[in-house]
Amino acid sequence: MTLTYLEKLEAESIHVMREVAATFSRPVMLYSIGKDSSVMLHLALKAFYPAKPPFPLLHIDTTWKFREMIAFRDRTAAELGLNLLVHTNQDGVAQNVNPFDFGATAYTHMMKTLALRQALDHYGFDAAFGGGRRDEEKSRAKERIFSFRDSKHTWDPKNQRPEMWRTYNTRVNRNESIRVFPLSNWTELDVWQYINQENIPVVPLYLAQRRPVIRRDGMLLMVDDDRLRVAQDEKVEELQVRFRTLGCYPLTGAIESTARTVPEIIQEMLTVRTSERQGRAIDSDEEASMEKKKREGYF
Amino acid sequence: MRMVLEDDMLIEQDAHVTNTFLRVLTCGSVDDGKSTLIGRLLYDTQLILDDQFSALKRDTKKHGTTKGDDHLDFALLVDGLEAEREQGITIDVAYRFFVTPKRKFVIADTPGHEEYTRNMATGASNADVAIVLIDARKGVLRQTRRHTFIASLLGIRHIIVAVNKMDLIQYDQERFEAICGAFQAFSETLGFRSVGFVPMSARFGDNVITASPNMSWYRGKSLLSHLEAIDADEDRVDQPFRLPIQLVNRPNLDFRGFSGQIAAGRVSVGDSVVVAKSGQTSRVKSILCGRDNVETAVDGQAVTVVLEDDLELSRGNMLVAPQNRPHLADQFMAHVIWFHKEAMIPGRSYICRTEVDSIGATVTTLKYTIDINSFAQKAATALQMNEVGVCNVSTQAPIVFDSYRDNRNTGNFVLIDRFTNATVGAGMIDHPLRRAHNIHWHAVDINKHARAALKLQTPRVLWFTGLSGSGKSTIANMVEKLLHARGKHTYMLDGDNIRHGLNRDLGFTQEARVENIRRAAEVAKLMADAGLIVLVSFISPFRSERRMARELFEKGEFVEVFVDTPIEECARRDPKGLYQKAMAGEIKNFTGISSPYEAPTTPEIHLRTVGHEPLDLAMQIEKFLDDA
Repeated sequence: MTLTYLEKLEAESIHVMREVAATFSRPVMLYSIGKDSSVMLHLALKAFYPAKPPFPLLHIDTTWKFREMIAFRDRTAAELGLNLLVHTNQDGVAQNVNPFDFGATAYTHMMKTLALRQALDHYGFDAAFGGGRRDEEKSRAKERIFSFRDSKHTWDPKNQRPEMWRTYNTRVNRNESIRVFPLSNWTELDVWQYINQENIPVVPLYLAQRRPVIRRDGMLLMVDDDRLRVAQDEKVEELQVRFRTLGCYPLTGAIESTARTVPEIIQEMLTVRTSERQGRAIDSDEEASMEKKKREGYF
Repeated sequence: MRMVLEDDMLIEQDAHVTNTFLRVLTCGSVDDGKSTLIGRLLYDTQLILDDQFSALKRDTKKHGTTKGDDHLDFALLVDGLEAEREQGITIDVAYRFFVTPKRKFVIADTPGHEEYTRNMATGASNADVAIVLIDARKGVLRQTRRHTFIASLLGIRHIIVAVNKMDLIQYDQERFEAICGAFQAFSETLGFRSVGFVPMSARFGDNVITASPNMSWYRGKSLLSHLEAIDADEDRVDQPFRLPIQLVNRPNLDFRGFSGQIAAGRVSVGDSVVVAKSGQTSRVKSILCGRDNVETAVDGQAVTVVLEDDLELSRGNMLVAPQNRPHLADQFMAHVIWFHKEAMIPGRSYICRTEVDSIGATVTTLKYTIDINSFAQKAATALQMNEVGVCNVSTQAPIVFDSYRDNRNTGNFVLIDRFTNATVGAGMIDHPLRRAHNIHWHAVDINKHARAALKLQTPRVLWFTGLSGSGKSTIANMVEKLLHARGKHTYMLDGDNIRHGLNRDLGFTQEARVENIRRAAEVAKLMADAGLIVLVSFISPFRSERRMARELFEKGEFVEVFVDTPIEECARRDPKGLYQKAMAGEIKNFTGISSPYEAPTTPEIHLRTVGHEPLDLAMQIEKFLDDA
């Protein structure tokens, strides 16, 4: 009896979650509503069954998420009876920080990175789960599963704790914390195959459907509400599109696709020739931007 | 080639889910063609996407070391990382993933130089197989031996020796066979289960994925076929059952389950199991895997087990097979790899972390270090960064473990610094020490409480720390007089006096100072156990040793007294003329001059001596004891 690849990944992730629950005093799970969060939540429900996961979910709401994401989030928390915390950087709201006038970098820093730091400090969390995977991006490939942050939430890539076997160093001093990535060793394909195998609900935006979009800077942006400023020379088209990743709608590009079911997505993935985060405006905004953001405390 | 693979993958799509998984470590330096090999594997297994492929074509023309358009320079695919490596960022482990229709792979890519031994060890700890790259022109080198040794030390059982750059030696069969022979000769004793040899050219793809037309004399498997064929799971399923307990799942009074990931063997409903630390026996009532009740679970699965009896069992303990139990001991011998720039010193106290247990521990003896190039044993007093040593370790309470040789999951530990929480070392347990079996605490009826009651006092240890000449002994002396006058039973341990007797074999190196404090602390502990109030007057310059001393005692028993005198004042007083000598360079390792003093941050009593009479300070301590 040999475990399959997905069974091994599942067991590793569950082991990591249990280590956190057993050794930290105030853990939290960052819930971004995307497919990775859906998988992470599903694993947490398994890890502690029949108990509920012994930590709350935290969503950093930038106020610019797709409407379908917010609906999905609230429905999921209600159906599962989970403790969902939602935090928005109110300073940013007061200053009307938005992706158009402030640029992707400044906007993300205010509404995501700073907002996250505010929330972690406010609640005093000493461990925070994130859905990051090593196949996503070069700097993630080097990050530990238990990734240490100092009291200012800073990641020091040159000074990471060696991580051997399944023996994790879970110790932190006051005000220090650990970001924990239980999906480190999963690939995008694994995530979809697991979603398929376990029948995990995901936001319908991942599945192809006719949606109103405009073309801007080589990206297909969905017109999710009337805050998207459509220029005179831009025209709103109805195209059959879906999203490979989900974030803030003015910064997340759609792809044209006919994949209307999860098996069709997997089929599409096996032939797709571009990388997953290509649709994210924020990543290409500046050179080596992911590593820089991570060092500042972004997930 | 690309299209064919693509079609295969489409056909095999459903099979992916049942595919197996292999963790691969690559060892070799840049010159051996490691980057080229990894680039080649990613490319030939379709992991290189369009945008990356056009960049590769462009870069090959611009920077590539290969000539002509036909051959791409695959090393450039990982080139971005190499550039970062120079800045010291990727002197670390990077994980890459690739998939074939038969299997999924994760490659731990680690640098090969000697100063990165710890990084290689990190990558090796979870690997099933190691690819050892050898440059066909150079044959077996020092670094080949080192990489192979570390792989063996970390318990990797399968090795593939990739003899690369065969194109540069005209695909010479004799040369290849000579290299295989040389490798076998030195690796015979390292305990590998399988060693495969592949003559290869990563640059041109010979024998990487498909058989090479240039080496028809080679009838063996390609590198990828080797990787696809290795059966790494055979290793633990047939071993005795082990379930390290991570947490107790207790959502309500009707359910009490024990959660963990099975570390060896299998377990079924109805099986007898034993709690490793207490020896209590029960039977398995049910097994949860996720939300499903299962009849049987095996090595690697994360489960929650419910027992028929209500036993004392919590995190750090283990459920095990009754016929074949793990060791339970507080002393053991282990191979230790040191990670930290501050050397490991015997006698210093660390946190020992196993998969699920965490406990104070001391390396009592460093028996020898191992030269990782020649495998020779060397005597040493400290273990430096990147060194491997064989040590005796003593823990504050017994822990459950197997020999690392028998089980990598239950036979490992890491050592953690108590102040910074840095992971400073990692260990692989060889065996328990015999004396741990035979020496049992002798339970006595007359205990500390009884002895102290007879003396009408509470045992205490007043630990005076401060620079030489700060006034420790003067003040301690006065405190003892005050206490004696009140009928208290006291004893004073003075640094100088102890060094004349018990510690006369010790010098003043950092290692010797650690041992000096350890002995004083142990003697103080015996005296406190006898019911005495003990006054210890030692410079004790290092925080970690004072902490180690503190942890020997019950809560509130240990009173740290910081005798705080500025070094200028100590040097001015200079009662023994030592500062003068130290400043003249006649005394080595003199605290405050040529050796550091780490001041206490939160002592129970902080005495600033300048401007105060010793008697007033002594009375301050007396008052503290009365109030406490």
